Amino acid sequence: MTTLTAPPERTAVPSRREGAARPFALVRHSVALAGRSLTKTRRTPEQLIDVTLQPILFVVMFLYLLGGAVAGSTHEYLQTLLPALMVMNTVFASVQTGINLNDDIKKGVFDRFRSMPIARSAPLVGSVLGDLIRFVLLIVVQLGFGYAVGFRIETDPLSALAACLLVMFFAFCLTWVFVLIGMLAREPGAVQGIGFMAMFPLTFGTNVLVPTDTLPGWLQAWVDANPVTAVMETARGLMVGGAVAGPALETVLWSVGVLAVFFPLAVRAYLRRT
Amino acid sequence: MTYAFRAEGLVKRFGATVALAGIDLAARQGTVLGVLGPNGAGKTTAVRILATLLRPDEGTATVGGLDVVRDAGEVRRLIGLTGQYASVDEDLTGTENLVLIGRLLDMRTAAARARARELLAYFELAEAAARPVKTYSGGMRRRLDLAASLVGRPDVIYLDEPTTGLDPVRREDVWGIVRSLVGDGVTVLLTTQYLEEADALADEISVIDHGRVIAHGTPAELKQRVGGRHLDLRPLDPARLLDSAGILAAVAGTQPESPTRGTLTVPVEDDGMLTAAVRRLDEAGIAVAELSLRLPDLDDVFFTLTGHGTAAPAGTGGAGEARTAKTEEAVR
Ligand SMILES: Nc1ncnc2c1ncn2[C@@H]1O[C@H](COP(=O)(O)OP(=O)(O)OP(=O)(O)O)[C@@H](O)[C@H]1O
Ligand SMILES: [Mg+2]
Repeated sequence: MTTLTAPPERTAVPSRREGAARPFALVRHSVALAGRSLTKTRRTPEQLIDVTLQPILFVVMFLYLLGGAVAGSTHEYLQTLLPALMVMNTVFASVQTGINLNDDIKKGVFDRFRSMPIARSAPLVGSVLGDLIRFVLLIVVQLGFGYAVGFRIETDPLSALAACLLVMFFAFCLTWVFVLIGMLAREPGAVQGIGFMAMFPLTFGTNVLVPTDTLPGWLQAWVDANPVTAVMETARGLMVGGAVAGPALETVLWSVGVLAVFFPLAVRAYLRRT
Repeated sequence: MTYAFRAEGLVKRFGATVALAGIDLAARQGTVLGVLGPNGAGKTTAVRILATLLRPDEGTATVGGLDVVRDAGEVRRLIGLTGQYASVDEDLTGTENLVLIGRLLDMRTAAARARARELLAYFELAEAAARPVKTYSGGMRRRLDLAASLVGRPDVIYLDEPTTGLDPVRREDVWGIVRSLVGDGVTVLLTTQYLEEADALADEISVIDHGRVIAHGTPAELKQRVGGRHLDLRPLDPARLLDSAGILAAVAGTQPESPTRGTLTVPVEDDGMLTAAVRRLDEAGIAVAELSLRLPDLDDVFFTLTGHGTAAPAGTGGAGEARTAKTEEAVR
């Protein structure tokens, strides 16, 4: 750099003061930061393994390993299994979002964000919004592979779409639990440990694998209380038929409740991190 | 007097560690304050408080008259931060980094792009603009980091060790940038471990150690505090060190010190001293490997003020202990 003569032009663009008066700062800044998150995902596609290979692996594992033993025919089992696996994998993917964020936030660029006049929660909201692409990809892969091995939607496309959106909404809300853990934990490994410890009872403690009537009483009670069970039942109902209204309401209430509790806690933890 | 930023009595503890023990820092608009201190002195902690990233436990700090805790949102509109560790995104390209910051500062996309292009050209990063930052060299990253803190044309810029890890040419480049910013009326807080750098750039210097300001003044004032010039002598034959010390003591009227093995140094009071020393050494038949008259540098300032050298982290002794020990050994 030998031609450093003139200082940067200091009059060409509006100063910070003029610009920031524009409304909807949180939305605007979150969208800009979600863009950052998407670009990062595009540049490091290996981060997407858990939402691309894992859904396929799970179908293969459950269907061919357990399918024969659980239900009479693999096709019948696949019809109930696939919507449940979709829920299970999105729940796992929401843990991964917390892990990624724990790693990301240690980088100096978050210090820059925090020293800028932007909405305080925008870096978190932006990252989580950007990670919604992971859920979309997961659902596409899950359904695509499901179709390839014989899964069929028995209701109508709109209901199926509603199922996908509801599952994504639940995962989005649940993500804030892991964002909070990500903000409190020092290491990504700790987030993973805590996250998966919580994940196993939540995902396997459902009727994803086997009908609940074969379970001991205490486990049945947990399965019934488990919000993930309600999400799975809703997804099943909307894709292959069955009761929808009850479990759907339960899903929405749980989602909103989790969001209302964990979003403020996560933001607070983020702002307190030094 | 109006200050662009001012910190008074800042205290910050991390558990049992006292990072800042009541520190005062201030700079008038359009000047450079150099904050000079060894590792762990509290430089980064002070910068983070002034940049609204940390709350002080005690004391107050203002930027443009606004309190960094109470009016943090307003303060953030005035400042630009280049942290000690790269605060740009490794996975984004140079352009993407700067455009993102422009967007976050509520510039329109076209304006953000124009500003990014302008800064990338200014920092000679135009060719690398479309490459992800992880492919950049250390110097390029530093420059992009500086560019990033200038996107919003801040009034006050914090540069936390901006030249650490840069080669001498790149360091000079950064110095040039700092000077041109100041020419523009920007106020700069620059932390450094390089005395030469503070001397070259700062209007005033605060020397800090263990979270306290141990000296403050212009570079010239600080130099004055350690006295005038010094005479350094290294006899060719180390066995003649004691004889040499005797001669220097006689011409200078004070006992010489021995900063490194085999060398002696005494303060110089009058100009005739050098010739007197040369004559006496010659008479005594002492061959000289090195004899020089040296102006004090800020290393001397630091040594005089803290009793240990700048390279030595607090508590490990290092240069300071070595100097006293060897003086005894050499001059006894
Ligand atoms: N987040 C933290 N938690 C615990 N201790 C901390 C934290 N940040 C700083 N410290 C401690 O506070 C003291 C001052 O640290 P600081 O980073 O401000 O020093 P510095 O002058 O910037 O050093 P360096 O030249 O190495 O960058 C050190 O003892 C450091 O270990
Ligand atoms: Mg530091």
